Amino acid sequence: MTALSIPVPRRPVHPTGVWSWITTVDHKRIGILYGVTAFLMFVTGGIEALIMRAQLLQPEQDLVSPEVYNQLFTMHGTTMIFLAIMPLGAAFFNFMIPLQIGARDVAFPRLNAFSYWVFLAGAMILNFSWFLGGAPNAGWFAYAPITSTVFNPGHGIDYWVLSLLVLGIGSVAAGFNFVVTIINMRAPGMSLMRMPLFTWMTLLTSLLLILAFPVITVALIELLLDRLFGANFFNVAAGATPLLWQHLFWVFGHPEVYILILPAMGIVSEVIPTFSKKPLFGYPVVVLSGVIIGFMGWMVWSHHMFTVGLGPVANSVFALTTMAIAVPTGVKIFNWIATMWKGSIDFKSPMLFAVGFVWLFIIGGLSGVMHSSASSDAQQQDTYFVVAHIHYVLFGGSLMAIFSGIYYWWPKMTGRLMNETLGKINFWLMFISMNIAFFPMHFLGLNGMPRRIYTYDGSMGWDLWNAVSTAGAFALALSVVVFIVNALRSVRSGEIAGADPWDARTLEWSISSPPPEYNFEQIPTVHGRDPFWAQKREGVPTVPVAGGSGEEGGHGIHLPQPSYWPIVAAVGLFIGSYGLLYSPVSNFGLAAAAFGGAVTMISVYAWSFEPVNDPVTGTEEHTQH
Amino acid sequence: MVEATAPHHAEAETTSTGLSHRKLVMWAFLGSDCMFFGSLIATYLIYQGKSKVGPFPEEVFSIPVTSVSTFVLLMSSMSMVLAYAALTRGNVKSFRVWIFSTAILGMTFLAFQVFEFRDFANHEVEIDCTSVETANLTPLEQKLAAKCGEGDLKIVEQHGLTPRTNLFGTTFFTLTGFHGFHVTLGVIWLLSLGFLSFKGGVRPETNLDVDLAALYWHFVDVVWIIIFTVVYLYGVFPGI
Repeated sequence: MTALSIPVPRRPVHPTGVWSWITTVDHKRIGILYGVTAFLMFVTGGIEALIMRAQLLQPEQDLVSPEVYNQLFTMHGTTMIFLAIMPLGAAFFNFMIPLQIGARDVAFPRLNAFSYWVFLAGAMILNFSWFLGGAPNAGWFAYAPITSTVFNPGHGIDYWVLSLLVLGIGSVAAGFNFVVTIINMRAPGMSLMRMPLFTWMTLLTSLLLILAFPVITVALIELLLDRLFGANFFNVAAGATPLLWQHLFWVFGHPEVYILILPAMGIVSEVIPTFSKKPLFGYPVVVLSGVIIGFMGWMVWSHHMFTVGLGPVANSVFALTTMAIAVPTGVKIFNWIATMWKGSIDFKSPMLFAVGFVWLFIIGGLSGVMHSSASSDAQQQDTYFVVAHIHYVLFGGSLMAIFSGIYYWWPKMTGRLMNETLGKINFWLMFISMNIAFFPMHFLGLNGMPRRIYTYDGSMGWDLWNAVSTAGAFALALSVVVFIVNALRSVRSGEIAGADPWDARTLEWSISSPPPEYNFEQIPTVHGRDPFWAQKREGVPTVPVAGGSGEEGGHGIHLPQPSYWPIVAAVGLFIGSYGLLYSPVSNFGLAAAAFGGAVTMISVYAWSFEPVNDPVTGTEEHTQH
Repeated sequence: MVEATAPHHAEAETTSTGLSHRKLVMWAFLGSDCMFFGSLIATYLIYQGKSKVGPFPEEVFSIPVTSVSTFVLLMSSMSMVLAYAALTRGNVKSFRVWIFSTAILGMTFLAFQVFEFRDFANHEVEIDCTSVETANLTPLEQKLAAKCGEGDLKIVEQHGLTPRTNLFGTTFFTLTGFHGFHVTLGVIWLLSLGFLSFKGGVRPETNLDVDLAALYWHFVDVVWIIIFTVVYLYGVFPGI
């Protein structure tokens, strides 16, 4: 930059060590940070689930108090959705999207780092509540007015609101980044209809993120203003309606469901063709189904509110749209099956998880179609039947696909293979125990067991299936342990994977494993779908030979430099949130909120004035004068 | 990186669409912000007319005053256009005049808003005791009229509107407050660009920086037009 002389600190230069991770803007490192953090959160949410299942093992147990039980199911749901499944998806977005589209990084590398640190801040705010006066206890959708200070005087709900606001900032920032990255940074020749399916589903997910999160942000702000400053949004005595929360929450909440499942569909659409040795059947139809799902996801929210009493017309309309949205989902399932049809299927671990996903997601989808009938839903509302449904779509669906993705992309991320035998044990244990844990919940629900009860009477006839479900849950935990063992073994002494262990189709497999810092020595040119297959089988040249970066790699390649400001901005949000939390009780809180806000503001300023390049690395800025 | 880039910005990259990343992300942000204001406006409309106690919109709003502040904000959009045009022509001095004009108009709008908020918070209900029978009174005014004693000419009582008063206060202050917050951020942005131009940080080749601020500023104006129509005009003339 020429005459501009604003005093800003140099950009950090830390090639290795802790500081290199704190200041990194490399999408691959950020992806790994997302993955590790989210997996720890997944384990935390899992432990919360196990405590609940232990409590429900037999009737009339008192392992935990009713109050703690309320906190457990709230934290389990919130953690799994916002801190485990979403960021596990984000880990793959970060690591794989630039590689799949043939780019060297995302469009806004520092914003990307900011998204991660904000996510970490939100996760900490939420989980610290356990030690600072009690966790939130109003369920993951926190219906008003049970969240108002009259009924919920502690700080738990405040922690919930603030952490979701902070997480929302991170998610929306990530959404912006990936929308721009995918639309604007595709390699030459990669038209939209040549993009890998995972990239497509990430684009749709990102669009849903940036459009859905503002809605819950408004709902959360309204609740916060009620709780901290005595506003009336959900104050029934002042004429408010609790329905406002339900509408705002589910206008966000249903697109959120697709935010959780579309990445999973993308992963499976990558894995199944690779291991069937066939291109994806009906690629345009699969893309279009995804687009329709993303669009129609906005028209079905009131099916979460069938028993509220919106009237027969509203219920019928939302029942019809809900039944309709099952169609594109079904289309995708047929496409996956048709892809496998007559393929030479190689049942490696990623493929097993992908096929497991198809199976379990069908079951979850079928109970979903049952819910879409408003009259039938009236029987199922708030029973374990709904709990069974959500676990079939989120565990059987999202998480099975995420495990498929982990097994599939692990060699690319780490350079080492996972053990295939342990992988198969992991899959079968997880697949079987998942069904043992969650299938009986259908029976319990139809027998009238309500969700969110901390215990039940022995005469209700729920003993058997609760015991079976608890056994399944602990077996499920064991399967996660098998996974952890497999992962650790692979990191320590796994077989070296090479660039392309699966004979895969997309660009990320055309470079070495793990990829060099600059990803592609030369930006590849794409001539069709499945470009790496085209290169290997038909000799269509796209990119230099895999792993052939022997010489002084990356010389002259412009790479984004590390920065302190993303993490400082996130720390500001963290301090600001705690300040706001304690602002009603002390002026110190208000001061801390202002201080945190100022830190974030200053970081954003410093960030925008940060020099694009310091001369230290020797790379020259590319200008046009 | 690869060779050819768009000729007019220093920071332009080769992109799939030809649009710069920053321009694209600005549009994405505005789309996201539409959902934000959409939800706030929806909340306002859902609670319109549901307040159980006054003051009500028609009692506190002054359409002439808010029309003036609306006019001021719309004029700021015009001066924003002139600032961008001046910079594109290469006239940094003229740019500086217009960008500071825009910021000053924005601050004027904010001053109106502060004045208006204070006015609403100190709202007084006045009853003319000499002509109680003929007037068309609200319940609150009837209550006050009952207090008219022998020889009283008028009774004045303070019934301020705050976010805690009623649903109208809660939704009105939240919606217009967040709009005001957006205007404040915009003013900081405009002032930063203005001061940066003294240091040579704003040049015709970097007019994308100004373009993005202009996009944001016009968006905030458009949102105000909706708020003025839906909240103020519809609040005072619901029949139209």
